[in-house]
Parts: sequence; structure tokens; C-alpha cells
Amino acid sequence: MRGLIVAMIALAMAGCASFDPPKPWERGELAKPSMQFDYDRLDAKSQQHIYTSKEAATGGYGVGGGGCGCN
Amino acid sequence: MKNLTRWLATFATALPLVFATASAHAVEAGAAAPNFSLPTAKGEPVALDKLRGKVVYVDFWASWCGPCRRSFPWMNEMQQKYGAKGFTVVAINVDKKRIDAEKFLTLIPANFPVVYDEAGSVPAAFGVLGMPSSYLIDARGNVSYVERGFVDDARGPLEERVKALLAAVKN
Repeated sequence: MRGLIVAMIALAMAGCASFDPPKPWERGELAKPSMQFDYDRLDAKSQQHIYTSKEAATGGYGVGGGGCGCN
Repeated sequence: MKNLTRWLATFATALPLVFATASAHAVEAGAAAPNFSLPTAKGEPVALDKLRGKVVYVDFWASWCGPCRRSFPWMNEMQQKYGAKGFTVVAINVDKKRIDAEKFLTLIPANFPVVYDEAGSVPAAFGVLGMPSSYLIDARGNVSYVERGFVDDARGPLEERVKALLAAVKN
């Protein structure tokens, strides 16, 4: 009985090994536009730009500077 | 004691399963290029070891990969310039669906062999770390240089490397 439980635990652990993140050449689905966080890249960039200057934060992502509200 | 033996026996059998999927390390410059034999669209096999004596530029690409789109015109140019001098591009497509690759190729035709590896076994053997990845392989079948990603600025230096390897073949 115990051996069976151990075997099951071991098998379950072995199963975890198959949950690798997708390899670089397997990211076709992830590259689809519907899989992106932003609807429009250029729009997201300008939103970030305004956000970082209005919130007096230093830098967002994709655009440098910010804080003084002058850029 | 009996239980301990059982424990050990089960773990001994399960452990290889756990580590079986551990990824192979990435192929770097200086290493021997892993051999492959993959079919073209017509089903003709292209094998790397049959290309010994030639300088080979192995390019892993996919239809969904943006920089791949930029690399194709350059690879066409290289093939045209150096194809007769003992150089060839071999582009390995890793799309899951062949139709995606075909659509890409109707937009951006290739004048070099394009082979298909839906299973992804060859990029796994090379340990490809990003798309696109290219391996410049010398006439002896050793990896001379690895280019990860593709930017337009890389074209000049890459061409110099190809030229140098071709010159080394002649001597």
C-alpha cells in the first residue's frame, strides 16, 4: 500500500517535469496580436509617456524621461 | 528496511522521468553543429553533413517572428552573391502549421533551401535561445558564429564573417 502511494507521488512529481515554459520556437500562439497586453503598441507608448510625466514618475517603459512635465 | 528499498526503487525509476525533459544546453561558437536532415516543401531531404565543404548559414525562422521578415531579403542577397562560391543558406521553419510558412514565403520568397521542422527537434538540438537564431557553420561542420535576433546593422559584419570563412575554405 505504502509502495503504491510512493509510486503515485513519484509519478505525480514526474508529471510536473512536463510543464516546461514554451520554448522560443514554440511561441507562435503567444506572438498573435490577440495575445498582447496592449491593444495598440504606439498608443500604449504615448499613454505611458503622458502617464509618467503627469504622475511625476521617472520613466515608464519604452520611453525615457519624465517627471518635469516638460517632455 | 523493506520499505526503504521500495522507496529507493520507486525514486530510482521516477528520477530519470523528472530529468528527461531538462533542456539541452545551447550550441555556441566553436562547437560541432548538431547534424540534421529535414525535408523541403517538395519532400527532398536537406542534411547538414551532406553540406560539408560548404559554408552554411542555418537560420531558424517562423512566420510569426518579426525580425525574420527583415532577414529574408538579406539572406536572399547573400545566397545570390555567394551561392556559387560554396555558400548556402538553409532556413529551418519551426511553424506548427505549414500553411503559415507558405503564406510568409509567398510574400517574401526565398532563393535558398527552406526546410520544415514542425516537431521542433532541431532547434532543441541547437538549444535555440530566441527567434530568429542563426548559426554560421564552417566547411568542417563547426559552428563559427551564432547570431541571435536579426537587426539590419548585423548584415555587414555577418557578410564579413561569411567572406572570411569562404576564404578559409580556399586556402
